[in-house]
Amino acid sequence: MSTLPVSNTHAVDIVDNTVEMPGTRAPLVLNLETFAEVTTTVCRVAESRRAPMAWYVAFGLSLSLLGFLGFCVSYLIFTGVGVWGLNNPVMWAFDITNFVFWVGIGHAGTLISAILFLFRQKWRTGINRFAEAMTIFAVICAGLFPGIHVGRVWFAYWLFPIPNQMDMWPQFRSPLLWDVFAVSTYFTVSLVFWYTGMVPDLATLRDRAKGKLQQFAYGLFAIGWRGSNRHWHRYERAYLILAALSTPLVLSVHSVVSFDFATSQLPGWHTTIFPPYFVAGAIFSGFAMVLTLAVPARELFGLKDLITLRHLDNMNKVILATGCMVGYAYAMEFFVAWYSGAAFEKFAFVNRAFGQYWWAYWIMVSCNVITPQLFWFKKMRTSIPMMFILSIVVNVGMWFERFVIIVTSLANDFLPSSWDQFTPTWVDIGTMLGAFGLFFTLFLLFCRFLPMIAMAEVKAIMPAADPHQKKDHAHAHAHAHDHGHGHGGAH
Amino acid sequence: MSRFSFPRWSNLLLPVVILVGATMPLYAAWFVAYGFSPKTLDAGYQPRQPIPYSHALHAGQLGLDCRYCHIGVDRAASASIPATQTCMNCHTTIRPESPKLAKLIDSNLTGMPVEWTRIHKLPDFAFFNHAAHVTRGVGCATCHGRIDKMEVVYQHAPLSMGWCLECHRDPITNLRSPADVTNMRLDPSMDLGIEEQTRLEAKFQIAPSENCTTCHR
Repeated sequence: MSTLPVSNTHAVDIVDNTVEMPGTRAPLVLNLETFAEVTTTVCRVAESRRAPMAWYVAFGLSLSLLGFLGFCVSYLIFTGVGVWGLNNPVMWAFDITNFVFWVGIGHAGTLISAILFLFRQKWRTGINRFAEAMTIFAVICAGLFPGIHVGRVWFAYWLFPIPNQMDMWPQFRSPLLWDVFAVSTYFTVSLVFWYTGMVPDLATLRDRAKGKLQQFAYGLFAIGWRGSNRHWHRYERAYLILAALSTPLVLSVHSVVSFDFATSQLPGWHTTIFPPYFVAGAIFSGFAMVLTLAVPARELFGLKDLITLRHLDNMNKVILATGCMVGYAYAMEFFVAWYSGAAFEKFAFVNRAFGQYWWAYWIMVSCNVITPQLFWFKKMRTSIPMMFILSIVVNVGMWFERFVIIVTSLANDFLPSSWDQFTPTWVDIGTMLGAFGLFFTLFLLFCRFLPMIAMAEVKAIMPAADPHQKKDHAHAHAHAHDHGHGHGGAH
Repeated sequence: MSRFSFPRWSNLLLPVVILVGATMPLYAAWFVAYGFSPKTLDAGYQPRQPIPYSHALHAGQLGLDCRYCHIGVDRAASASIPATQTCMNCHTTIRPESPKLAKLIDSNLTGMPVEWTRIHKLPDFAFFNHAAHVTRGVGCATCHGRIDKMEVVYQHAPLSMGWCLECHRDPITNLRSPADVTNMRLDPSMDLGIEEQTRLEAKFQIAPSENCTTCHR
């Protein structure tokens, strides 16, 4: 794995910023003292003529998977949904599992960019840009599945309430329609938020660009940003408004997704705990995905000074917290099944853990509840290989959570005579893997051509941005305390 | 290398892009609603028929009843196209040598039916029964228009699902006495009062279903 040349030579004097020092705030940018150094570090990725070798390998792999996705989806469209392993009663399986999985992934990006912004969590600045990018790409992957699972894809526009000659409307009382609104709102707001935040950084790339094409492309998307006082004023207003708009979406989108199940009459789905449980699970899986992407990206593109161990440690704490919430929800489902006294409800949960899909259930529990407990230990939270493996384990676990909820509940419903088993076909598996191809293709393109770190925002949290900073450079890190000036936004 | 600067006129592009972006979804919705509608695609369809048969002459001036030729209309799902023999009831004696009737005479001799071009087409998944409508007071003209004025018949109504539902949801203004169904000159919404139509609705127990399976069986 080749990495980009690291410009700063004093990489040895890395401060362990995971240590809590009473009276001082831990530095969130290491080794880079001036704004120019931050700019160079971030822009270098987009400006270098060649990406690291690993990027080409990953991109080739992702592109092949994306091609395979195209093949699987075309095959599905030309042949019909019979190419999937769906049957009656299991009419939802990999398609909706993937949909919920990808929508869930997106939530971490919105939480980081909106909620952590409103709570003035300065460590968000290092990771928010690519977490938001991840959100958008994940929602694109999610949006694919409802579109192709409807059977006759050419009627997919029926999802939207468009006036038509049939006088026919979607069922407004159905959460499936609310889903359409929730996810499309989510995508739109996330995209606008991501783009608005990126404008100053795009202008930086434009100003540094050497080639005409780059100047044109970055210039086009920088929409004439000059960094004037008025620009910054309006930018900050817009950013704050968008953060406020995105905040309820963190909670609402996956709540609505959970209604798809919770409002049905099916034991295993018909549960009031679903909305908060789904939201916790979404943030859990989303943070795991951020880690899965951040760990290699910071190595590969030399961003270790900006995405520091403290950022990763914080994310691991979120994973631990949300993992415990998810574990609590699993336990509570069983408690309610027992406490309800409803025979079908009891059966649904006993069957989930010990029935034909017992293996899926126990994969879910061990990945989502048991392994994240390792993050109680700081040694685990700050170990790069450990957190990378764990983040993938959590991703696997959260995929299985959706599979368990959807498939076990459908496969064994009220009437034993209608029970069946779902077995995925190669098209099911191909489409699932292909979606990862789509996701990583988009993400790798983003890494290569767009500012991966919100430079303008990172600069605002550096000691250099503090007007009360002592001019003595030797103490720059030690005096990175916050005087409450500014409001954590971009400056 | 010098910096690329956008020409001044490019400032105009941003509002244009925003405007187009905002109006495109509305245009798409409008396009689907009206562009794909049978009102646009089908209504007014007027193919050339093999024989220049004039409904305006037969049903209008001569006053033939619709049911003289379309014998299935009050008994079956299909109104049916008359057999050559029905035409020949009159045309053996009335202008049998007319060149306009050559194909009809030919058909009568060979036994091969005249290949009329169908105008009113419903998709196979939509089930429509003429008798159910005609026997309960939905007149021919309500759906087919003033056939008695058409030299060449064309599709008067869009025959779209929304158009069917319009009447199924509120049939009363289209009701007339079943005795008058073939009366082309009667316009029930103008000529009959709401009291009369309410009486008809009660008498014939008109309660059209909006269930999917009513038409999609």
